[in-house]
Amino acid sequence: MSENLIEIKNVSKSFGGVKANVDISMSVKRGAITGIIGPNGCGKSTLFNSIVGYHPIDNGSITFEGNEISHLMVDEIARLGMLRTFQQTRIYGEMNCVDNMQISVSHRPDSKDSMFASRKGEIRERAEHLLEFVGLYSKRNLISGDLSFGQQKLLEFAMALMNEPKVLLLDEPTAGINPTLINGLIDRLRRANEELGITLCVIEHNMRVIMNLASHIYCLSNGKMLANGEPEKLQNDPRVIDAYLGGH
Amino acid sequence: MFELLFVTAPIMNVQVLLEGVFIGSVFALSAYGLALIWGVMNVKNLAQGDFVIMGGYAAFSVSNAGVHPIFAIPVVIAFMFCFGWITYKLIIKRVIDNDMFVSLLATFGLSLFLQQVMNLIFGPEVQTLDSHFGILLLGDFVTVPKIKIISLLIAAFFATVVVLFMKKSRMGQAIRATAQDARAARVLGINTDRVYAFTFALNASICGVAGVLVSMIWSIQPFYGIIFSLRTFAIVTAAGLGNLPGVIGMSFVLGWFEQYAGVLAGAEWQIAASVFVLIFVLLWRQLQARRHRQVVR
Amino acid sequence: MMNEKLLYTGLGLLGVMGPVIFPEYTLQIAMLWMMVLMASTWDITGGQMGYNSLGNITFFGVGMYVSASIQVSMFYDLAQYTASYGAIKPVFTETQYFGGLILGILAAGFSCVILSLIIGLAVFGLRGPYFAIGTLGVAVAAREIVTTMETVGGGAGISMPFLPLPIEQRSLFFYCLCFALAVAAHFTIRWMFSTQFGLAANAIRDDEDKAEAMGIPTLRYKQVGWAVAAFYMGCIGAVFGNISGYIEPQNIAFPLPTFGIFMVAMALLGGKGTLWGPVIGAILFHIVKETTWTYLLDWQYIVLGIVLIVNIVFFQQGIVGWLKTKYPEKFGILVDRSGNVSRGDA
Repeated sequence: MSENLIEIKNVSKSFGGVKANVDISMSVKRGAITGIIGPNGCGKSTLFNSIVGYHPIDNGSITFEGNEISHLMVDEIARLGMLRTFQQTRIYGEMNCVDNMQISVSHRPDSKDSMFASRKGEIRERAEHLLEFVGLYSKRNLISGDLSFGQQKLLEFAMALMNEPKVLLLDEPTAGINPTLINGLIDRLRRANEELGITLCVIEHNMRVIMNLASHIYCLSNGKMLANGEPEKLQNDPRVIDAYLGGH
Repeated sequence: MFELLFVTAPIMNVQVLLEGVFIGSVFALSAYGLALIWGVMNVKNLAQGDFVIMGGYAAFSVSNAGVHPIFAIPVVIAFMFCFGWITYKLIIKRVIDNDMFVSLLATFGLSLFLQQVMNLIFGPEVQTLDSHFGILLLGDFVTVPKIKIISLLIAAFFATVVVLFMKKSRMGQAIRATAQDARAARVLGINTDRVYAFTFALNASICGVAGVLVSMIWSIQPFYGIIFSLRTFAIVTAAGLGNLPGVIGMSFVLGWFEQYAGVLAGAEWQIAASVFVLIFVLLWRQLQARRHRQVVR
Repeated sequence: MMNEKLLYTGLGLLGVMGPVIFPEYTLQIAMLWMMVLMASTWDITGGQMGYNSLGNITFFGVGMYVSASIQVSMFYDLAQYTASYGAIKPVFTETQYFGGLILGILAAGFSCVILSLIIGLAVFGLRGPYFAIGTLGVAVAAREIVTTMETVGGGAGISMPFLPLPIEQRSLFFYCLCFALAVAAHFTIRWMFSTQFGLAANAIRDDEDKAEAMGIPTLRYKQVGWAVAAFYMGCIGAVFGNISGYIEPQNIAFPLPTFGIFMVAMALLGGKGTLWGPVIGAILFHIVKETTWTYLLDWQYIVLGIVLIVNIVFFQQGIVGWLKTKYPEKFGILVDRSGNVSRGDA
C-alpha cells in the first residue's frame, strides 16, 4: 500500500491556445489533508476537473491507488472511491434531504446495497445520523431545493460522507458561506478526516482556512506549479506572496 | 445491382449523384432553417418536415388556380411567414423557456395536427406538381428534368438571400446578437420576442420554399413530414450549429446516400436509409463525445 | 397517498365487474388497461428519470411480430404462410393455440428486454432532446425494417391465428390478459419505486451530472428501467396482435402517431413522474376519447393534436402534479412553519 493515494505526473491541459495546466506534478497523501491554492484563473479548477474526469488531459498521468484513471469516465472514477463536491453546489433539488442522503450510498462494487435495496433500516439510520453530524437533522424532510445556499453546501458535504469515499475532493467548500459558519465547517472537515479516515484534497481561496486545515499545500500560478510545502513554509515564501499580492 | 451500377453502366452513377444533389439542395434549405431556430432560440422543431409539406400543398393550391408553381413561391413565402409568426405567438413563445422536451413535444403535437389537417383538406394521395419544363439530355444516357436544375438554382438563390440578409440587414444583426446572448441583447434594447417571432417565421418561409421545390421535383403527401423532420435533424446534428458549409455538405451526403440506398437495396429502403443516417450520426456523436469524456447534450 | 385504498377499490371493481356489467364493452375496457400499461411504463424512464422516449412503441411492434412469428411458425412455414396472403387458413386446436400464445407472449417480452438493452447502449449517451429524437428514429427504423421483411409479410402483414372459442369468450379471455398485464406492470413499478431504484431514478432526473459524480452507475439504472418498460410493452404488443387478428407495420404494430404519442400525452395529462398520474391520465384520456370519438368524424386526430398541444403548453404538471401543489397535505407533503414545502414519506 503506497503512501500516496493520488499521484499526478507532468499533467498538461490546454483549451484551444490557452494553457490551463503546464507540466503539473503533485500527490495526495493517504489520510492527510492536502490543499491547493492559487489566484483566480491559475488552473486549480482545471486540474481538479482533470482528476475527476471531466475532460481528457493532453499528456501526463494521473493514478489513483496505483491505477491510471486519466481515461476513465466520471462515474467510473467515482466508483473507485474518489468523490468531488462542486463549487456551485449541486444536489437533487426536487427530493427531500433524507432521500438525497440515501441515494448517495456507495455504488462501488464492494458495497452491499444493490439496485433494489430497501430504503428502510440501516441506510436510513446512517442518513439521519450524518444529517445530524452536519446539523441538518431538523430539516431532513424538507425539499432540498428549498434550503439556503449554505445548508445546501452542508447537505452536499454530508452526501459525500454518506458515500464513504477513500478520498474527497472539495472545490472551495467555504465559498459563499456565512463567515460565522466557517469555523464549524472547518471543524467538521477535520472530524471527517480524523474520525472517518477520509483523505481530503481541498481547493480553497480563503488563506486562513487552508493554512489552518491542510498539512501540505500546493500553490499554482498561471497554470504552473509555483511552490509546495508545509503551510508555515508557504506562508513565508516570497513567490507565493508575490503571486497573491502583485504582479498581474 | 452492384454490377449494374459499377460494371455495366457506370454512367448510372452520374444520374444518381445528380439526383442526390437536386434533392440534397432541398434538404439543405430546411436544415438551414432548423439550424437557425435551434441556434437562435434553442427550439428543436419536430414539425419542420410538416412545414415543408405544407409549403408544397400551398403551392399545390395556388397552381390549381392556374398559376405556375414557381410563381407560387412569393405567395407561399408570405403565407408561411404569417403562419410561422402565428405559431410562434400561440405555441412556441409559451414553451421556449421550458425544458427542451416540452418544446420538442409541443412541436410534435403541432406536427400531428398539421398532418391531419392536410390529410383532411387534400386527401392522402401522393401529389406531384407538373412544371411542364421537359427533359434535358446529358450525353447519351443521363436524363435530367429541367425543373430539377431550375429548382437547384432557386434553392441556391434563396440560400444566398438568407445568408446575405443575416449578414447585412438590421434584423439579421439583431437575430445574430440574440443568438449569442439573449439577455445582453435585451439590455441593449433589442426586442427579443420580436426577433424570435421573426426567426421562427423566417424558418417557416424557408421551409415553404423547400416545400414548393419538393412538390415539383419529388412528391408530397400529408404524412411525409416526419421523415423530412428526421432528415433535417440528422443533417444539423452531424454538421453542428452555425456551420453552413457543413449543413450543405451533409445535405448532399444524405441525398446521395438515400439515392444509392434506393438504387442498390430497393426503393422501400429509401426512408429507412435516412433514419439509419440519423441513428448513425447520433452514435458517431456519442463516440466523439466519449473520447472527450462527455455526453451529447 | 391518502386515497390510495379508494383508488385500488374503484379500479379493482372496474377491472373485475366491468366486463360483467358491460359485456358489450369488454374489449374497450381491455384497451383501457392497455393504455394504463403504456402510460405507466413510459413514465419509468420518461417521467421518473427525465429520459423522454418517443420510441417506446418500438417494443410494442417488435413484441407483436415476435409473438406472431412464433405462433404461426410452430405449425406452419412462416414464409409460405405470409406469402399466401391469407389463402392458408390456419386451424388450431385450443391446446395448440394457447401453447403458442403463452410461448409467444413470453418470447415477445424477453426479446424486447434484450432489444432494449442493446438499443439502450446506443441511445443512453444522448441527453434531453437528442434522446427523444434518437428513440423516435429507432421506432421509425424498426417500422421500416419490418416493412421490408418479406418473411413476416412486409407491408402486407400477417393474419393471426384465430382463437377457437365463441366471440364473447374470446373477448373475455383477452380482457383478462390485458388486465393481468396492467396490474402486474403497476405493481412492478410500484415496488421498483419503493426501493433505492426510485431514488436513483429521481436523482438522474434532477441532476444527472451530480448522480455520475456520486458514482451512480446511471447507464445501468436507465437500462434496467427501460428493460422493464420494454418487457411489458412487448407482452401487451403480443396480446394486442392477437386481439386485432391481423397485423401490419404501419398502423397496427408501430402506430407512432396514435399509441406512440398517446402514451406520452396520457402520462403528461395525469402528471408525469408520479405513480398514479399516468394511470389517471390514461383512464381519463381513454374515456373522453371513446365517448367523443364517433361524433368527431374526420376531426378526431385534429382535436387530438390540439388537446396535446394545449396540454403541453398550459398544463404541464398534469392532474396529479396540480393536485400536489394545491393540496400538498393529502400527498404526505408537509408545509413547513417557515413556508417551505416538504415531502414526507410517500
